[in-house]
Amino acid sequence: MNILVLFLLRRLVLLIGALAVASLLIFLVLRLLPGDVAQTIGGIQASPAQLAQIRRELGLDRPLLAQYWTWISGVVTGDLGYSPLDGASVSSQLASKLAVTGPLALGAVLLAVLGAVPLGVLAAVRRRGRVGTAVSALSQLGIALPTLWVGLLLVTVFAVETRLLPAEGFPVDGWASPGQALRSLVLPCVTLALPEGAVLLRFVRSAVLDVLDQDWLRTARAKGRTRTGALLHHGLRNAAPPVVSVLGLELATLIVGAVIVEQVFNLPGVGAMLITDVGERDLAMVQGEVLVITAAILVIGFAVDVAHRLIDPRLGGRE
Amino acid sequence: MNARPRRRRRVATLRATGRALWRSRTGRLGLILTGLLVLAALVSAFWTPYDPTLVDPVQQWLLPLSGGHLLGTDNLGRDELSQLLAGAGTTLEVALLATAIATVVGLALALAAAATPRWAGSPVERLIDVLVAFPVLLIAIILAAVYGGSTWTAVTAIGLGSGVAVARVARAEITRVLGTDYVVAAHVAGSGTGRTIRRHVLPNILPTLIVQLSLVMAVAVLAEAGLSYLGFGTQPPTVSWGRMLQEQQNYIAIRPLLVIWPGIAVALAVLGFNLLGDGLREATDPRLRGSAAVEAAVEAEQ
Amino acid sequence: MTLLEVAGLTVRIGGRTVVDGVDLDLDTGGRLGLIGASGSGKSLTALAVIGLLPDAAEAAGSIRLDGEELLGRSDRALSRLRGDRLAMVFQEPLTALNPLMRIGRQLSEPARLHDGLSRRRAAARAVELAAMVGLPDPERVVNSWPHQLSGGQRQRVGLAMALACRPALLIADEPTTALDVTVQADMLRLIDDLVVQQGTALLFISHDLAVVSQICRDGAVLNHGRVVERGPLDAILRAPSGPYTRELLAAARATSWDATPDPDEVAT
Repeated sequence: MNILVLFLLRRLVLLIGALAVASLLIFLVLRLLPGDVAQTIGGIQASPAQLAQIRRELGLDRPLLAQYWTWISGVVTGDLGYSPLDGASVSSQLASKLAVTGPLALGAVLLAVLGAVPLGVLAAVRRRGRVGTAVSALSQLGIALPTLWVGLLLVTVFAVETRLLPAEGFPVDGWASPGQALRSLVLPCVTLALPEGAVLLRFVRSAVLDVLDQDWLRTARAKGRTRTGALLHHGLRNAAPPVVSVLGLELATLIVGAVIVEQVFNLPGVGAMLITDVGERDLAMVQGEVLVITAAILVIGFAVDVAHRLIDPRLGGRE
Repeated sequence: MNARPRRRRRVATLRATGRALWRSRTGRLGLILTGLLVLAALVSAFWTPYDPTLVDPVQQWLLPLSGGHLLGTDNLGRDELSQLLAGAGTTLEVALLATAIATVVGLALALAAAATPRWAGSPVERLIDVLVAFPVLLIAIILAAVYGGSTWTAVTAIGLGSGVAVARVARAEITRVLGTDYVVAAHVAGSGTGRTIRRHVLPNILPTLIVQLSLVMAVAVLAEAGLSYLGFGTQPPTVSWGRMLQEQQNYIAIRPLLVIWPGIAVALAVLGFNLLGDGLREATDPRLRGSAAVEAAVEAEQ
Repeated sequence: MTLLEVAGLTVRIGGRTVVDGVDLDLDTGGRLGLIGASGSGKSLTALAVIGLLPDAAEAAGSIRLDGEELLGRSDRALSRLRGDRLAMVFQEPLTALNPLMRIGRQLSEPARLHDGLSRRRAAARAVELAAMVGLPDPERVVNSWPHQLSGGQRQRVGLAMALACRPALLIADEPTTALDVTVQADMLRLIDDLVVQQGTALLFISHDLAVVSQICRDGAVLNHGRVVERGPLDAILRAPSGPYTRELLAAARATSWDATPDPDEVAT
């Protein structure tokens, strides 16, 4: 147990370090923006003196490191600053957008896993038969299909031609009308889930194939397990680590895919907000959004590492 | 020294790999699809049925096989087939450039990580781990925010983002090769660092690297489409499949076909590179019987 | 009383016949050695008996355990017998155990599957089993992971798992081949003791005539899937009838520490 705790602590320290480095990188890169927020606020007619005044108010004339410090200390307490363009609080804006992006991402992950795991196992167990080859080919196709195209196709079929589901948009009052909100998320979730599921399927299949070849699976059967029993009780645990890894990587891709899907379906999520704010050169907002996205990805990476360690006792902690 | 036999072996390996690639079903399909892409791109550089940017409101929304337009026209009367061909050129250009950048960045990072002494090596690896967290799209968005969207934005972003992935694979391979008895012996015999890298490391990591690169090409095609769709990639008047999707999305109710063509194009290109990568992996795996390595050895003997 | 009757067993893989009309008999509590070089079909014969041939293999003939025909039965039916009435110890201890499962759980599996023991009772039984095969500090071993044990220790675990439900037949496929020479003798002795204790019949497979002769009285020699010689081992050792057997004998003598008397040296 001691070793486990040490491992967790070490990993946690690494996570915090990575977050710090990431935040610094984000901050510095965005400071290179040629677009001047002061100009945007002051307008074209503003005089240099007025612009200088605006910059002083926004704290843009202070040394870079001081600015960074102000920002990061705010972040840690949950205050991501304010948008200089409309005075809105970054955190509250983010919160309302996350209410859309969060369920979208989670729903997609759930669908992907629910689809990929059984199909992947099936493809591995029936690898010689037609079923196996068919599933395999389908997954190849699934990876190649661009997310946004799948979305558009789904919209064509389910929204335009048949009017079963909304083609785009999200109810104005958000989750206050849960039924409508859910219906708006169905197509986007499926769109996101398909390519992710396809990648996952391939990894599940290859992991299970590896397991099927192992000696210890034979030992399990020699003890009295049926083929299915051996696979379930012994195989799955061993097939899990590579799948967990891929899941972690895919979640990062998923978060990013959500940006595109939100555009396709016109959902008011974090991704859509990011694109608008980039266009408006709204530093404060973009900073916060990119930080949140990066942080989410890093935390997922951390979770994956921990999960790995929990599943496989041979990793980490032992010299 | 003995340059002739080595060169002969290299040529033999190439030919054997090519044959093994053609023999495997995935490899063959991959070669055909990517071949089509390259063909389309090359053709479009010299000729397209119509000028892809020519706007002709009178001819808008023609169905395929009508009025001299094989695949019809879009909302502004532009010929669909010409746009697809031109888009192939853009796609290939972006993919090749991005992959080139990714290779350079990836190798540099990997060599740096492998070359730093043990105590300093860890931070470099940690850095790589952090950088991996920045997905290609995110980098592209930031770059677009700074420099505005353009083909170069897309290329740089994809190159940087994929470069980290390449670095990881390269790093693992370099470590593996450096540990082989062959290389250790060469080092002991006095082979300097630069020479070791050139003579021993690079050729040995090449197979795995090439497989990885073909996958990077696939990712690049997808990324380019996505970026153009969002407006962060190639700008008009350069034709891009991604932007075609974005432009036609509003008219999906009128002419859904216009959304299908570019999508198929992207899917086929990505599929092609993926299958090519898979085929290459099969062809260069020394553990597989009848693989190219064995064949090359046999050929070199003759 | 005949426990195991193998008649005309033929196994084909990918068009090649790897086991060709093999006949074997084993009485309750009896022992039979199956000897042959690599590729002679001895392991496949064993796998056929326990029903764990690779998917690509086809088996024909007859395998009867206590009069019950095993060949052709469903996986589900066979799985009920495996571990309970007949069990197997495999050659390679380093890969025979699930690396992600504690030893105790793997030891208790047969009991839980066939005897319906509760988790707690089975865990206690696991400690007993670990002690039975001579593993030091059984309580700690039971909580360990496979990678924390040596090859010899893992092989003992394999043996314990096989004998957990007191099967009528134990098939040992080269159980000492992958072990250090110093550990081999101990393992043989352990198998011998336990098999006597439980009254188990033993089918012992090896390429090493000398090793087999230490634990079995009768044997059958396999070459290219066919039985070329059969009978009491000391007779075979003294007067091998074929060139193949003579080669096996020479190989065994060359590597074995145990002084199997050279027939020419024995004073008559």
